[in-house]
Amino acid sequence: MSLLHIAVLAPFIVALVVMLTYKLIGRVHTGWVILPVPVILFAYFLGLIPTIQGGEQVQAVLEWIPSLGINFTVYLDGLSLIFALLISGIGSLVVLYSIFYMDKKKEAVHRFYVYLLLFMGAMLGVVLSDNLMVLYGFWELTSISSFLLIAFWHHRDRSRYGALKSMLITVFGGLAMFAGFIMLYTMTGTFSVREIVANVGSISGEALFIPAMILILLGAFTKSAQFPFHIWLPDAMEAPTPVSAYLHSATMVKAGIYLVARFSPVFAGQAAWFWIIAITGLTTLIYASIRAIKQTDLKALLAFSTISQLGLIMSLLGLGSAAAYYGGGVDTLLYTKATTAAIFHLINHAIFKGALFMVVGIVDHETGTRDLRKLGGLMSLMPITFTVAVIGAFSMAGLPPFNGFLSKEMFFTAVLQASHMNFWNADTWGVLIPVVAWIASVFTFLYSMILVFRTFTGKFQPEKLEKKPHEAPLGMLIPPVILASLAIVFGLFPNLLSYSLIEPAMAAIHPGLLAGGDRFHVKIEMWHGWTAEIYMTIGIIVLGTVLYKLHGSVSVLNRPLSKRITLNRLYDGGLRVLERGGKSLTSTYMTGSIRHYVMYIFVFFIAVLGGGLLLIDNIGIDMSAYAPMSFYEAVAILGLVIPVIALPFVRTRLMAIILTGAAGYMVTLFFVLFRAPDLALTQMVVETVSVMLFLLCFYHLPKLKREKVPMSLKWRNLLISVGVGAVVTLIALAASSGRAFESIADYFIKESYNSAGGKNIVNVILVDFRGFDTLLEITVLGIASLGIYALIKVDLGEGILGERDRYEGVYLPNSNDVILRTVSKVVIFIVVTFSWFLFNSGHHEPGGGFVGGLMTSAALVLLSMAFGMDMTRKIVPFEFRKVMATGLLIALLTGIGSFAFGAPFLSHSFGYFNLPLLGETELATAVIFDLGVYLAVVGVTMTIINSIGRDN
Amino acid sequence: MELYMSLAIGIIFAVGIYQILSKSLLRIILGTSLLTHGVHLLLLTMSRLKTGAAPLLGEKASAYVDPVPQALILTSIVISFGVTSFFFVLAYKAYQRLGTDNMEELRGTEDE
Repeated sequence: MSLLHIAVLAPFIVALVVMLTYKLIGRVHTGWVILPVPVILFAYFLGLIPTIQGGEQVQAVLEWIPSLGINFTVYLDGLSLIFALLISGIGSLVVLYSIFYMDKKKEAVHRFYVYLLLFMGAMLGVVLSDNLMVLYGFWELTSISSFLLIAFWHHRDRSRYGALKSMLITVFGGLAMFAGFIMLYTMTGTFSVREIVANVGSISGEALFIPAMILILLGAFTKSAQFPFHIWLPDAMEAPTPVSAYLHSATMVKAGIYLVARFSPVFAGQAAWFWIIAITGLTTLIYASIRAIKQTDLKALLAFSTISQLGLIMSLLGLGSAAAYYGGGVDTLLYTKATTAAIFHLINHAIFKGALFMVVGIVDHETGTRDLRKLGGLMSLMPITFTVAVIGAFSMAGLPPFNGFLSKEMFFTAVLQASHMNFWNADTWGVLIPVVAWIASVFTFLYSMILVFRTFTGKFQPEKLEKKPHEAPLGMLIPPVILASLAIVFGLFPNLLSYSLIEPAMAAIHPGLLAGGDRFHVKIEMWHGWTAEIYMTIGIIVLGTVLYKLHGSVSVLNRPLSKRITLNRLYDGGLRVLERGGKSLTSTYMTGSIRHYVMYIFVFFIAVLGGGLLLIDNIGIDMSAYAPMSFYEAVAILGLVIPVIALPFVRTRLMAIILTGAAGYMVTLFFVLFRAPDLALTQMVVETVSVMLFLLCFYHLPKLKREKVPMSLKWRNLLISVGVGAVVTLIALAASSGRAFESIADYFIKESYNSAGGKNIVNVILVDFRGFDTLLEITVLGIASLGIYALIKVDLGEGILGERDRYEGVYLPNSNDVILRTVSKVVIFIVVTFSWFLFNSGHHEPGGGFVGGLMTSAALVLLSMAFGMDMTRKIVPFEFRKVMATGLLIALLTGIGSFAFGAPFLSHSFGYFNLPLLGETELATAVIFDLGVYLAVVGVTMTIINSIGRDN
Repeated sequence: MELYMSLAIGIIFAVGIYQILSKSLLRIILGTSLLTHGVHLLLLTMSRLKTGAAPLLGEKASAYVDPVPQALILTSIVISFGVTSFFFVLAYKAYQRLGTDNMEELRGTEDE
């Protein structure tokens, strides 16, 4: 793990620590605790500038899923470095600012900082990951943390609405991007961005190349709030202002810009890439700038201004991609100027917009409103805030000597250049580009002026404000002042940035244009003579000032656009249609009727298994090797089928139960015929106990009524039933007709005595080979019996009834039959003795814990029937739930015991010992396990019977 | 023998499912019991019938029937006893509390 890995993971680790310890550091504002994180990160990235500037890259690999080509590879080049510096630098200032903005006493500040750190780590992960899958993971994590931060004041409806909207739109884009990444992977066979860039020549002709590009652009456009996906950003302004400054203007919304820049080496040089990005960017630029001048809420104004500026950067990246078309030569360098402008403006925008958001936050914090109609005349009350606002707004408007002026001029250079392009049909439409850019810049100037002068000059209206305004505390002023100073410093000395950051970033975006060892030479100058650009700026100032004067009185300028058709209505309506449609679609098949659900299952069963059998050509039903059938067996089959067929026709409960029982006893007979003595024994006892159970319960169930079912439904039920029966018959025939593979039975037959020392193979499988299954099985049984116990005992709302309290349940028939009593006295002992014989002989002969336990239970049931349950309780004074628990415990301990001998769970051992009286005897640990099974079965059965048939 | 067993199993399944699709809880429970029997016989039939002696090595036979389905079925018999009992008590308590055993009347409401 390298330092760079730690840099990405540090915010997550600190977030975890804050979450666990915020109560301990209760008195300190959590912001102070986490402030060192971004500051140290910023210092660390600053320290990496010389390395990157020297043309090197920092990279490290942490293997994650190497078999799938997914590794946590961090990679730092010029492009990543700019973003990393923005994330940590603006992050430091925002954290400092938020300490004074977020009131520790009123807000859950620790939660706020946990989310903020989550975002910081995720965003660093996005810009530093080389692996597309890891990048995608971090990308979605930024959406999630943004969601959490927008909904920070989750008691507000608008916050939740905004959070959901941003989440839906950005995650939609993220998924599209994910699909694009997968397509890139199928084309190149790697998830590494660098390797994809290296292979770019071989993939540009592939069919998936353009779809992959469009999908990835969808991710970028939704994240960077490009038209028409921009609608989430104004609603995201419900977040606390530090979040808006950090996520929704400086960093997260630039992730899309990052993605476009990162993939420029792959896709640039394609006409589609050029046009899609340039047109989307320019549309966003002009549309959002027009929307911005109509806003009355300061944050909404800034939101549209951010969208507009993101469009500007996006369009510059599109125009810059033309350079790759020329691929070297003099013209190329002209086009790369657009890319230079994009990078430069990216930095500038983060600086001035960060400052402006903080200013708006201060105004909001100190006056209680952000409404331009209530604000005015704050200049004298907040002189420092006003100064920062002027610098930020003038920089945004593109006025000298601030940094925004320089990048605006470079933007004009780039668009003028674009109008001279003579490829990709640019010669016809290219002329429009500078026109659009210029008009949008006029509006930019206009809203920048509105922002400053409407707020700080004009008439002061204290009666409309909730608080008495005064200058903000020092801590809130320091971060915007730093940013404003930077706006001036970078305005006067832009080449501070160009050598250290912009040149390496250019090399990352346009790697193909550089010869080995060469580098871009970027020199930004304030004054380049009386060029077209300077006249454009002068024109903006003149026209912008005129419009500002008119703004208050001309309704075209200050009235919102048409309210009828807006993208927001489309979004809201679409969401509603989805919700309603989803609900009505679901309710057509989720009827609440279990019969319907069961029907779906069986129809699916018929379709899949029946269809599958039909599709396989050679089911190969081979009857030649079938066992012969004697006359008596044929009679037995009839004896089985007749009560089954009769069942649907009987009208009384008793008859139905007797018929089902008859079928069960016939199955016992078949177990005998098919050489399964263990099964026959068990089935016999179980059938006896269950019929008794049925008889206990049925009396309390309503009589069977003639069902009033329409004939059509009857036919449908019949069709489904017969269909399943037919499919099962086919499966039985197909399965018994020959095997595709060797049976595992031979292994058990061979090893039963050698490895486990038992001659009853079925019993050995249960207690030894598959002992774990059996352990879990008796656990399930235990749960079922406790469930029954609880069902009987728990009276909803009244808690568990006392052991013998008001139980109005069924009564075990208490016989007065003298014959039964007399006979049963003897029989019970015989049955119990027999059950012990069965249990003991289970290892070698038919028998075992299951059947032994059931047999003992049957004896106890007989006892209860003959003498009543009170008598039974006196004779057998056990709490059967405890017997069950003891059995489970014994089985479990037998399993754990094998650990003492260093063997895996449930290993059994056996040996032969010479015991007194018994002579040479085999003792096996499997028998102890079987004892556990025995006790558990007795406990379960008796708990069930006792729960149901409780005496009064 | 396998052919006739397969047909019998098909019939047991068909009747069992027909019972499950009815409205009365009692019939549904009896239907699941029938299905259990059907599955047990199906498992045995799938491994071929009467191919040797019972799977007890004491028989010293040259061939034994497949012990694996038998182990499966043994487990299943006991489990289905537990499940059927549970089901019965559930039905009985539901009837006691709600006064109906008609599945159509027991369906959930819109809000659930």
